[in-house]
Formats: sequence, C-alpha cells, structure tokens
Amino acid sequence: MNEKNNSLLVYTLIYFGFLYIPVLFLPIFSFNDANYMSFPLAGFTTDHYEEMWSKRNLHKALWASVKVGVVASVVSTAIALLAAKAFVRYKFRGQNVSYGAIMMPFLIPEIILAVSILIIWINLGFPLGLVPVTIGHILFCTPFAMLILIARIEGFDFSLEEASRDLGENAWGTFYRVSLPLYLPGIIAALLLSFIISFDEFILAFFLSGSDATLPMYMWNQMRFVKKLPHVLALGAVIIVFTTFIVLLAFWLRNVGQGKEKKDIAIKL
Amino acid sequence: MNENFIQINGISKHFGNVKAVDDVSFSIKEGEFFSLLGPSGCGKTTLLRLLAGFEYPTNGNLLIDGSDITALPPDKRPTNMVFQNYAIFPHINVEQNIKFGLRKLGLTDDEIKKRVDDVLALVKLEGYEERFSGQLSGGQRQRVALARALVRQPKVLLLDEPLGALDKKLRDEMQLELRTLQKEIGITFVFVTHDQQEAISMSDRVAVMSEGKIQQLSAPNELYKNPENIFVSDFIGETNFLKASTKSKDGDQINVAIEDLGDFKVKNNLNIPENSSDVVCSVRPESMMISRDKSDWDICLEAKINQTSYLGEMTRFYVEVSGINKVITVSSQHFDNQSFENNTCFISISLEDISLLQKK
Repeated sequence: MNEKNNSLLVYTLIYFGFLYIPVLFLPIFSFNDANYMSFPLAGFTTDHYEEMWSKRNLHKALWASVKVGVVASVVSTAIALLAAKAFVRYKFRGQNVSYGAIMMPFLIPEIILAVSILIIWINLGFPLGLVPVTIGHILFCTPFAMLILIARIEGFDFSLEEASRDLGENAWGTFYRVSLPLYLPGIIAALLLSFIISFDEFILAFFLSGSDATLPMYMWNQMRFVKKLPHVLALGAVIIVFTTFIVLLAFWLRNVGQGKEKKDIAIKL
Repeated sequence: MNENFIQINGISKHFGNVKAVDDVSFSIKEGEFFSLLGPSGCGKTTLLRLLAGFEYPTNGNLLIDGSDITALPPDKRPTNMVFQNYAIFPHINVEQNIKFGLRKLGLTDDEIKKRVDDVLALVKLEGYEERFSGQLSGGQRQRVALARALVRQPKVLLLDEPLGALDKKLRDEMQLELRTLQKEIGITFVFVTHDQQEAISMSDRVAVMSEGKIQQLSAPNELYKNPENIFVSDFIGETNFLKASTKSKDGDQINVAIEDLGDFKVKNNLNIPENSSDVVCSVRPESMMISRDKSDWDICLEAKINQTSYLGEMTRFYVEVSGINKVITVSSQHFDNQSFENNTCFISISLEDISLLQKK
C-alpha cells in the first residue's frame, strides 16, 4: 500500500515538473542581466521590464490584441450561447450537422483555416489587418465557448423557464430575468476563455494581420534579434502572470454572489 | 356558477405516432376542485400542459370563461401553474419569487405590497421573505410555488402532482390544507395526480384517464361505487374480478352465470346486453364478510386462508375458495389472523355489492 502511494507521488512530481519547469525559466531569465538564456545567471536586473515601457510597438501590439480579444470573445460567446441553448433545449432537423459545422474550426488544422480565410479575404479585395484576424478568432473561439456553455446549460432545469412564461413573461423577458442570470457563471467563463485563446493565438494572426501585429506576432518578430530577446522574456513572464490571474478570476467569479445561502445554486449550475 | 367554465372540445395531442391525448371532450365547473387521475403515460400531464399553454393541441379547442385560449401563449392565459418540482427561481428570494409575476399586471407599489402580504399570510409563509429556495424545506417550497401562482389571481390554478415529492405525513396535511384553501379562495383548481387516494379525498369531481382517453368522469364516491369499466374498477381501490356471462334481463336486473359459483340475479346499471360472455363481476374486498360459521347471505363459500396482512384498522385476508382455483381478497375490521382455526373460514357476498362490468 505504502509503496504504491510513493510511486504515485513520484509520478505526480515528475508530471508537474515536466509541466511547469520550462515555464519557470522564463521569469528567471527575465531578471537575468544578460542577453543570452544560459547558466550561470549573470546577476539580477529589472532593466528588461523597464525596457518594455519605452517600446511603442509593443504598446500598439498589446492594444491590438486587447481589441481583437474583446470583440472575438464577446461575439463568439454570444453565438455560442444561442447555439448551446438550441442544442440542449430542442431537438431539430439537422442538429448533428450544425453541431459538427460549429465544432469544425476546433478540429481542422488552424493553418488550413488561416489560409482559407486569407484566400477569400484577398480575393474579396479587402486589406489584411485586425478585422480578418478578429473574424478568424471568432470562428476559432466559438467551439470552445459552446462546449463550456453546453456543459452549463445541460444541468439547467427548464421548468424554470416555463414557470416564467406561466407567470406572464414573454420569451425575451424570460431570457433576461431567468435564463441569463442563471447562465451567467458559464457565460463569464466562456468570455474569459475565449479572450485568452484569442490573446494567445498566433497562426491566424500570422497570416491575416498584415502590418497590424498582435502581441504574439510582436514577440515572434522580436525574437529574430538577439538583443531584443530579454524584453520578450519579460513580456512572456508578464503574460503568464496575467493569464494565471484571468483563470483565477474566472474561478472566483463563478462563486461570487453565491454566498452560503445560495450554495445549492452553485451546485445546480 | 358557470357549468362550462373550462371547455375542452375534441382535444387531441399527438407526439409523432403517440396519441398522448386522444379526442377528449369535457367541461370543468367554475370554482370546482377537479382532478385528472391516471397511471403515468395516460395523458393527464399533457392535458394540463395544453391548458397551461406549454403544448398546443393537434386538434380541438380550449375555452376558459367563454374565451378561446387554444392559440394563446402561456403568458397570455388566465391560468397559473404549480410545478411538480415547484420550479422556484433559485437566484432570487421568496419575496422576489412571489413578485415575479406581478410586474406586467400594472399594479401600484401599494397594491403589490398588499397582494404579497395577503398571499404570504394565506400560505403561512410570513417571515420567510428573505429566504432562498435552498433554505426551504419541501413543504415550504410547495407553499412558495402556490403563493407565486395565486398572487396573480388566476381564473384557473393548474397543479401538476404538487404533493408527489413530500413524505406521507406532510402530504396528508397538505391535502387537507389545499382543499381548505381552494374552498376559501374559490378559484377553479385542476389537479393532476397518479395517486387515487389523493384524487378521491380532495376533489369535487375526478376524470380517470388511460391511454389518452377519459375512462370515467364523476364524483369520487361514484367512481368507487359505480365504476363504468374494468379499468376504473381496478384503478380505484382494490377489487376482485370474477368471470361471468349474462343471460336474460329482468327489469333493471340481469341474470348472470358466475364461473364456478352458479347463476345469480344482479343489478345492471350499465345496461349490459343479454347473452354476452365478455363480462366480469367486481366485488370490493371490504363489501364481503369473512366468518367462522356459515352465513345466510346470497352467496356463502367455504374457503382456506392462504395469507393475511395486518393493516392496523383492518386485516386483509387472501383466501382460496374450495373447489375454485382462485385467490380472493377480503378485508375485515373484526377478525385478524388469530381468529381462525385451521385457516378455514366462510366468505359471504351480497348480490347488492356485485358490479357487473363489460370487458373492452
């Protein structure tokens, strides 16, 4: 019995080590006073972080990523919410086909999605930039958001919606007063996850952004110059912290406003 | 009092090939406590949902208080429903739940407050305004669901097995309370249940349903004493069926040959034709007498007790009649399993208590 537990512990440690040690190198080297990623460490510095303040292109790329991320996450969560509701609540003709169609961008290689959008966009005569990137991100984020929302809505007691109709609310009133507040944790989770996916996305941005770089594009561009590497490491470290913060926020938001007296809803939802 | 307050005219509801409700027509009186009773899948819940507007009929039309509601959505109907699982909104408290349906009625704040206070008093939930559904017991949730529906002052209250989730003691209490409440406020109740005892004890009239059709619609005592067919006789209470065939009529009565027992003259309320072999005689366990000695009743049979079950207020005997390979159920308030030596007894039946029924 004891032996078995130990081997599981070793496995667990190796697993987490494999997962997180490479990621930990980034912040370590971002404080290292050298241009190369190598041991021994040369000394502690915050110069690389200070350098980020002065990079106008970095600020531009960050702002571009935030804009794309916000629009992509809001639009894809809205589409996903309607689709998830339809898939869970109703049985209709072509249900499996439309489900498959929405999930498709999740399954086909991203590069193929990127090239297809590129070809169509150019043939339509539109300029490359953040608009086609946003469209690509909406396609790409919707399946993720839908999976989260389907999981939420599946446990939902639809007699609550019937009760609302029975008590004099029409379909919109019911959605606004009953469904939306009860789906809210799922909606927030879908928004945050879509935003993070869009924020980190590289391949679609690479093909479609033209000269309007998003943050991952900016980092990729900078990596070609040895001298620029350290501040990219610093940026990477900041993004890791930011992403972790968003994920924790998503968890916290799931529980907020559902104090002790409302515990049973949290379970239901 | 409007005799045709709710009119159900030729209503059918088909789901694919399944006829959940099959060409049903009847009326419900104003202020009546009306029950739809039947086993699961008999169409009673579908009929209730058709009245509420959650389903639309395949054929037929529905009228409440003279106006056609067949095509109206649920929010435009003068009905409110108490759901089986109560469907209390979990994200708002009891008071907000009760106020939920008042928003569109165009009431002033004072009127809203008065209505909420009145209904809280009616269902005895004063002091629970701030609670959420997770902090309420099953019985309290039931009261919130009731209050939330009644506060809108509907013409008809629809109740979908509202007592099913409660334990027996609480259920008995709520039955009495619902009945009292209904008489007090005078709103028409349409109550769906699969529990025959519940339907019989609470209702003014009961419609027994099976396979999408109404099998019998009458007052509870009529259902029990004069069932119109085998299904109703079997579903309401317990009974013994004896195979029989009819012979000649004699006024209101008819001569029947009961298998293995002989020829008798019994009442023929259902006007069953002569010379039919598709009939059975139904005898309730408590209308028979069990005794140690032979009696002078119309039918008296020697029998052997196979099994007894003691029910407190009465004992149920499962006896095998000598010469007939059939187990008959008899109940008695006077005797129990200690009363008989060698398990031998006599079973007596009065012809008055035999109901003659036709097979399908």
